[in-house]
Order: sequence, then C-alpha cells, then structure tokens
Amino acid sequence: MYPSELKYDREHEWVRVEGDEAVIGISHFAQDQLGEVVYVDLPSAGDSVAAGETFGEIESVKSVSELYSPINGEVVAVNDALSDTPETVNEDPYGEGWMIRVKMADPSQVDDMISAEEYEAFVNEEA
Amino acid sequence: MTRESQPGPSRASSAAPRATIFEVGAPESACVLAPALDVPDVDVESALPGLARSAPPRLPHVAEVEIMRHYGHLADMNFGVDSGPYPLGSCTMKYNPRINEDAARLDGFAGLHPYQPLETVQGALELMVGLQEALGEVAGLPAVTLQPAAGAHGELTALMCFKAAHTAAGDPRTKVVIPDTAHGTNPATVSMCGYETVTVPSDERGLVDMRALREVLDTDVAALMLTNPNTLGLFETDILAITEAVHAIGAYAYCDGANLNAIMGVTRPGDQGFDALHINVHKTFSTPHGGGGPGGGPVCVTEDLARYLPGPLPTRLDDGSFALHTPDASIGRVRSYLGNFGVLVRAYAYVRALGAQGLLEVSEQAVLSANYLRVLLRGVFDIPYDRTCMHEFVMSSATLKREHGVRTLDVAKRLLDYGFHPPTVYFPLIVDEALMLEPTETESLESLDSLGAALRSIAEEAGSDPDLVRGAPYTTPVRRLDEARAAREPVVRWSPQGE
Amino acid sequence: MRHVPVTCEQREAMLRGLGVSSADELFADVPPAARLGRPLDLPGPMSEIELAAHLQTLARRNAPATACVSFAGGGVYDHYVPSVVDHVLRRPEFFTAYTPYQPEVSQGTLQAIFEYQTMICELTGMDVANASMYDGATALVEAALMACRVTRRSRVVCAPTMHPEWQRTLATYAAAGDREVDYSLAVDATAGVCDPHDEGAGIERLCEGGDVAAVLVQSPNFFGGIEDVREMARLAHEAGALLVVAVNPVLLGVLEPPGALGADIVVGEGQCLGNAMSLGGPGLGIFACRQPHVRQMPGRLVGRTVDVDDRTAYVLTLSTREQHIRREKATSNICSNHALNALAAGAYLAAVGTEGLAGIGRACIAKAHYLRDRLLATGAFEAPWDGPFAHEFALRYRGDVSRMHTAMLERGYLAGVEVARFSAEWPSGGPPVSDEGLVLFAVTEKRTRTELDAFADEVGSL
Repeated sequence: MYPSELKYDREHEWVRVEGDEAVIGISHFAQDQLGEVVYVDLPSAGDSVAAGETFGEIESVKSVSELYSPINGEVVAVNDALSDTPETVNEDPYGEGWMIRVKMADPSQVDDMISAEEYEAFVNEEA
Repeated sequence: MTRESQPGPSRASSAAPRATIFEVGAPESACVLAPALDVPDVDVESALPGLARSAPPRLPHVAEVEIMRHYGHLADMNFGVDSGPYPLGSCTMKYNPRINEDAARLDGFAGLHPYQPLETVQGALELMVGLQEALGEVAGLPAVTLQPAAGAHGELTALMCFKAAHTAAGDPRTKVVIPDTAHGTNPATVSMCGYETVTVPSDERGLVDMRALREVLDTDVAALMLTNPNTLGLFETDILAITEAVHAIGAYAYCDGANLNAIMGVTRPGDQGFDALHINVHKTFSTPHGGGGPGGGPVCVTEDLARYLPGPLPTRLDDGSFALHTPDASIGRVRSYLGNFGVLVRAYAYVRALGAQGLLEVSEQAVLSANYLRVLLRGVFDIPYDRTCMHEFVMSSATLKREHGVRTLDVAKRLLDYGFHPPTVYFPLIVDEALMLEPTETESLESLDSLGAALRSIAEEAGSDPDLVRGAPYTTPVRRLDEARAAREPVVRWSPQGE
Repeated sequence: MRHVPVTCEQREAMLRGLGVSSADELFADVPPAARLGRPLDLPGPMSEIELAAHLQTLARRNAPATACVSFAGGGVYDHYVPSVVDHVLRRPEFFTAYTPYQPEVSQGTLQAIFEYQTMICELTGMDVANASMYDGATALVEAALMACRVTRRSRVVCAPTMHPEWQRTLATYAAAGDREVDYSLAVDATAGVCDPHDEGAGIERLCEGGDVAAVLVQSPNFFGGIEDVREMARLAHEAGALLVVAVNPVLLGVLEPPGALGADIVVGEGQCLGNAMSLGGPGLGIFACRQPHVRQMPGRLVGRTVDVDDRTAYVLTLSTREQHIRREKATSNICSNHALNALAAGAYLAAVGTEGLAGIGRACIAKAHYLRDRLLATGAFEAPWDGPFAHEFALRYRGDVSRMHTAMLERGYLAGVEVARFSAEWPSGGPPVSDEGLVLFAVTEKRTRTELDAFADEVGSL
C-alpha cells in the first residue's frame, strides 16, 4: 500500500526521485479518505512550487483538499490526463495517478521526508 | 423490519423518473399565447437593427394539461413538510400555515409595483413597519432592515454595517472570529466582506472555549459570529462573558439567528450582548422553504448601528402615515427594491397570529420536543453531548459504523424508506458521523414517537442486516445516485438527441 | 396554540418524562441576566378569522398596480401570469420542501431546476445557468465577483446606464469587499446609451491599466436604450476583461441572445417570467455563463446522472464551489436562493413556449412604440433622444411630473416611473443624463390599444 521506494510527507503526498526531477502524487490512504475523486486542479508547467505550500486542489463529491508540495522547484510536467479521468487517482495513486513532475531546486529536501514505514505508522495513528 | 416486509409503496414511490418537459407534447402544441396585436406591428429587425433573434429559443411546446401533469408528477417525486416529519437540524422545517399563502397572494399585496407612489402602498409599509417592530422586540435589537433576501445575505449586511462603523471610527479591522461549529455561510460571508476568518475550537462541553477565544481576540478583530443556541443545539452558557470580551476589544458580536426558534420570549440576542442578529423568517417565522428559497433574512441591530443599515427603510411618521427613509451613514443597499415582500407578508401573518404567548409556546414546545426525542434515542445512537438541549440535538452513528460498518449516510437513506425526511447529516463538522435532529414544535407526539421508533428499528437492522441499511433506500422514486459521475462529466442542461 | 399539535396533557407527560415540572426548567442554561423576564411586547394573538380580516384591511390600504393601467417598469413589470403557473406553485411538495440535499426524495425540485437551467441557457445563448440568485441586482454583483476570480483582477467597469439600484448594490458590495468599480464609461446623451469608443472615457481607455476584470452593461439599459453589446464585448475582450450583460429575459424570444453577441456572463431580473410583482420581491436572479468558467460560478447547480438501478436522476453537482463545503474559499456565501421563483419561471416558459414568448415580446415592443408616438404627438412630452428601444422608453414631461403622476393616478393610471426618484442611488453622484422631467414608460402585452389611446389623450389634456 505504501511502496518503499517512495518518500512521503504528513500531508499525504509521495515523491519519487528520478534524477534531478521528482514526481509527486497522493498516497493510497489519502485517496481512500477522499473517496471518489471528481476533479484535480493542478498548476501549469513552468510554475514554481515551494515546500509546505499548496500546488493544487483535489475534490471528491463533497470535499475539497489542498495539495502541498514537499519540495521547492519548477513544474516541468503535469498529468493532464487527470482532467478527463480524475478517478485514476483512486485506481492507481502511485502510477497513472501521479500529479506533477518537478525539477528540484534542493534535492536534499527529499531526505527530510519520511519513509514508507514511518508513513504507515503515521496513518495508522491518524486512523 | 426485514427485506420481505419493507414498507409498502408510499405515495412518493408511485412516482418514477419521467421525461423532461422538452420531450413532452407535439411540436406545434402551445398553452398560452399573446392576444392578437391591436396596434401596428413593428418589425423587430428595423426597430432594433442587427438584434432580431436569428434562431428561436427551444422552449417546451406543451398544452396546459401536459404542464399540470408534468409538474404534478414532479411534485409527486418530492418530499415536503406536508409529506411527513422533516427533522432537518438547523433548518426548522415547521408547518407552513395556509392562511399565510393566501395573504401573500392578495392582489393588494402581490399586485404592488415597487415604484408606485407611497400613498398607494400605505398598507404594505404598515405591514413592514409592524414586522420590523415585532422582530426588533423578539431580538432585543430595535433597528431592523427587511432588505436581505436570505440568512447569508443578512450576515453579509450586518458585517458590512460593522465594517462601516469601524471605518467611520478610524479603526479599520481585518479579522472575524467564528467557532468551529459554525455554518459554512459564516466563513463564506466573512470572505465576501473582505475579512479573514479566524476559527476558535469548541471545548469538551460543546461550547465556545473561552480561553481559546480570549487568545484570538485582539484589536484586528472586527467581530465574532456566533450561533446561539449553537449548532450542537446547546445554549452558550458563557454568552455574557463572550459578548463582554468581544466588546472589550472594540469588536462587535454577531448572532446567527438560524436557531432563534429555541429562545423566543425566553432570552433575546440583544439581552445577551449581541450587536446584530439575522432572522431566517423561512425557519422561525414559518414562511415556506420553497425547495431552496425564497426566504428572508431581516437584520436587527442596536440603536448605535442603526445609522449604517441599508436603505430605504419603511418608517412610521408622526402623523401615522408611512414613508421610506435612508439612514445618514447607510452602507447603501444590498439588493433592488425593499425586500422579499411576499415572504415578509407570510412572516407578518405568523407573528400576528401567535402574539407574545404564542411565540413563547413555540419555543418551549420546540425545546421540549427535541429533549423528548433525545431521551427516546438515548442508548440507540451515540449522543456525544447528552444534556438538556435546546430545539435540536446532535447524535452520532460512530458506534454503528465501528460495530456494523453502517454509516450516518446509510441511516439517513434508510429513514426515507420509513417515510421520514432524514436529519441534517455530517454537520456540525466536529462530530463524527453526525445526525442533527430538529423536530420543531409542529410535530405531534405521535410523529415524535414514530420517528423515534423508526430510528430504533434502523439501529437494530444495522446489527441484524447491515447490507439492508447500506443499500437503502428501496421505496423512493429513485435510489442512491452516482454523484461522482454527475461531478466528473457535468450535464447541466437538456439537449436534443445527437447534440 | 393552534400551531402546536401537542396537547396540554401530552405536554405535561413529556415534561414529567424529562423529570422537570415546567418547560421553563429546560432553559436552565440561559444565564438569569440574559433572561427576558417579561412577556414580549407584541400585539395580541389573533384568531384566523380576525387575522384574515386584518390582512384584508392592510391589503385594501394599497392601490395595486394590477388594478390600474400600469406603465411602471424599472425591472418589475406588469406582465400577464398564466393561471397554470400558480397552480404549479401551490403544490405543497414543491413549496414546503427544503433545498434538495436528499436527491432520492427531491427529484421533483431537481428536475424542475434542471429544466429551468436549460430554458435559461436557451434564452441567453449561454452554456450553463445556475439554479437562481436573489434578484437581478445581486446576480450582477455575483457576476462582477466571478469575473474578478476568473481574471484574477479586482476592478470592474460598470456602465452608468445600468439600473441605479443595481449600481448602488454593486457599490455597496464593492466597498465591503475592497473592490473598485469604475462608473465613468462615456454616455452619449443624444442617444441615451454608452459610447464604448469615446476617446477620453471609452472601454479601451478605462481598461488600459490591464486591471479590469469585467465590463458590466445592461441592454436594454435602465433608460430603455439598446447598448452596442457586440462592440463592448469586442473591446472588453481586447483588454482581457469579461463582458457581463444584464438582460430583460422576456424579450429574448425576439432579441438576439447575449451569448450570440459575445457575452461571457449573463444576468437578469426574472420577475417578468411568471412571478408576481409583489412590491419588488421575491424576484428571480438569473445567472448564466460559459462552460469553461463553471467552476467559478456562484450558486447551486443541478446535474443529470443515474441511480444504482441505472435510472435517469438529478442531483446538486459541483457543490465543492459552495459555502457548505468550501467555507471561506467558496465562490459565494449564497445558500437559500429563489428556487420557487425559478419554478414559476419554468412553468411560465413552458406555458408560453417559443411562439408565445416571441408573441409577448413583439406585442410589448409594438405597443411601446405605439405609445411613444402617441405621447409625443400630444406635445406634452419631448424625446430626449431617438435611439432604438424595446418595450421601455424615457420621455421628458414638459410640466410637473409629480403633479402629472397624481392626476393620472386619480384617473386609474400608473403613469410610469419618475427618474428623479433615484437621485440618491447613483453611486457616481448623479444620473448619466439629465433626469429633469424624465419619465420611464414600460408597456407590456397586457395593455390594449384602447388603454394606450385613452392614456395619451388624458395625459395630453392635463
């Protein structure tokens, strides 16, 4: 449920490092809490994101949640497919349900994120 | 109740989805046409060059019988207060007396144009002044505007008055404090008025946490918005200390009057230290909700704030006649014309029918009925704040969820099969799996008992056959909807096949 | 106690069950200092017979426009309401229901709104219409605020020929919400309409700062004049602003929809569609926009979906825009709307249909043109300008307007609306054209040639 090769934050985002870029999405736990995702509002390529700040919003039928970036950087790609099929976030949160790809300004920020094991302990506590 | 003995088809369930009105009637059908033209025709294209409509709007084409059957069928798929008990917390779904409907339709009211000369609307102005005086007395806040069209509109009107007063005093402020139990309209109104929302938590009693409140009260705070009784149905016992603390920093205390039905003739927001209050006449004063509106949100304020009210205000002159007056420091106006007059006629009729004793009895019975129901359901559902409540109380399906996987939503939907409208669900936000019940004073003892019995039965079903509850409703015109599909691919208008 | 069905005996038993001796004990949480401690000072209660008589008395102290030959307009009009409309509204399942938050038992309200939304889209030429706002004025304000969200700008240009009460409402909201409204768009006083190309105060000039979210215009405007909406749309769009057009929906059976003229948001007062005048409220705030902006739209919206048995069903949708979910970040604070007035509009438009609405529009326009000619022929009035108009127009009376109004009232006429009565409403300090002697006349399909002739003859011979 929480792939060990990813890093997590306590706002329920995950990060996968690929070279000097990071792919960001939300965890299985987060999509399950939201229920059926109906809309994802994402930034555009070229926008900058900063650790702890929002980069978008995700909506279910009766809730809205903000998406927080765990790192600083510049958005280089956005998962445009989510605008037509937002349910992909529910179906494949770590794969096709990714949200943005960011060119990292400070890769060391990823080191400050928590591991799958730590994250799982965190969500068990939350639940 | 088991699956084999589900309630027989109720009246509503005889209705099933039907075609839209655009699909009814022959293409050349019509109901009401304008009479033959008795003046020379004017060619639209030559009178209004470039503006004659090139493609006509595709409106329905139906005969009168088809209109009555269509809307009659739609009405059959609806549940109103007249259909059965409607214990929707915070919404005060009381019975709507029929004489009020007749009154609003009198030609002497319904036929009035807003710009008629004042001497031709003296009865209307007298009615509005009478209503202002009555609402001011119930509120303990003497200055009243009837302009706001709804509760949220009233909230905004009051905050605008506060802002004008602070600005006039050279003391502009930036924040408004609301408790975490507040209705969503409160923070939305705060934003519309250019303020920032500061939320204070409730304490273990379900009341405003005084320590937390004092911590956020500083001189940037323009106002506190508070619903009293609050949305847990509890009276804020510290209310005098709360309003005093708010005044001590030069801020205003605003009462959201959504729950006024609990306290009429017992205690007045003005006497609790509030500076302003909106009244939902479509709750407390029995005007119908109309499937979402129109309502009315009169605002009552202190003498000090009277000069900021939106104008014009109907007033009584010394000679006994009635006129319109705009206060000297008025914020302006929050809508066109004078207010939702047709709704105000109904509210006036209600307050005149009941008088002081009648309104007190309304509140006493509303509170008594809520407490009766609360005790009836004790041990059936969780009641997180199980003490004497006002006109409503909040229970929770947390135990049902934990033990049987049955959620509040399921309980609400199953209640539909028993012929009741569900309570308000998942509000206030601080109670997990919340069910907020407000029976109102117009439910008979028999109704209260049958509602209690239905909820008890559903709680039992949750244990014996949870899938039955999770699959409900079964007897309604339609069953659970695919709401995600509606939101992902919004279809918000009818289109002919192939478009 | 006739409103409370619980009997005294039952009440006593309920109190005993709670272990209290009186209802008053249930209010123990109310601090003594906050208790009223006396009866409310209200007039005594009335039996239904007394109440009915009292209300009749108050109603008779009014002389309703519907009992006169009325030429009063300014947003509220004396149109004929087909009988069938009120018979629809009287179904208690509609008017005693709450907001349709439980769709399984609210399909009637929901489908009726869905059909209403469709009709408004057809009339306005827009993609999406919401379930209603309070009235035309607040719909205009919401459109301005929406344009600010869409464009991320905070200033709007409002045509000074807009209804003065709508302008005043906009000014009131703008002052509270720290937004700027510019009312200085040039007006051609010889035409009674805006001059969007004016060098000093045309749209291009007013928008040159790049911070204008929208241009707001009403057409026909408050004075009855027809604005050049196409040009205003073009100029607004060139400046990156939206165009908000306020319409009179009853005319849209014969006039081009604003959607075809380039409008981005359309608002209007829908009283004319099957609603009583009722001293101006409750009215109906019409609000429609284009699909790409739907997530910034205020108010409720009904969408079509299916239930678990795959039957067509309707539900409130895109609710995450609204206050009960998004709270301080909602697109508006609106909760209660004017659903029953929208139901009336739907039933009205069904009753008149495409052909009926066009016939009503043509009749209004023809009769207004006939009356204007007749009034000018009396010599008692002069035309302030000679531009195109529809069913409402302004003339200058050569005599004393209020004396004329009084004299005509005695003869059974509401002789239009005196523009000077709005002198305190204009946010820019005064009317965009001289209001001296200016009277607005509105003519609906209800007026007969006999009435028009008689009115012209009588007002001409004062």
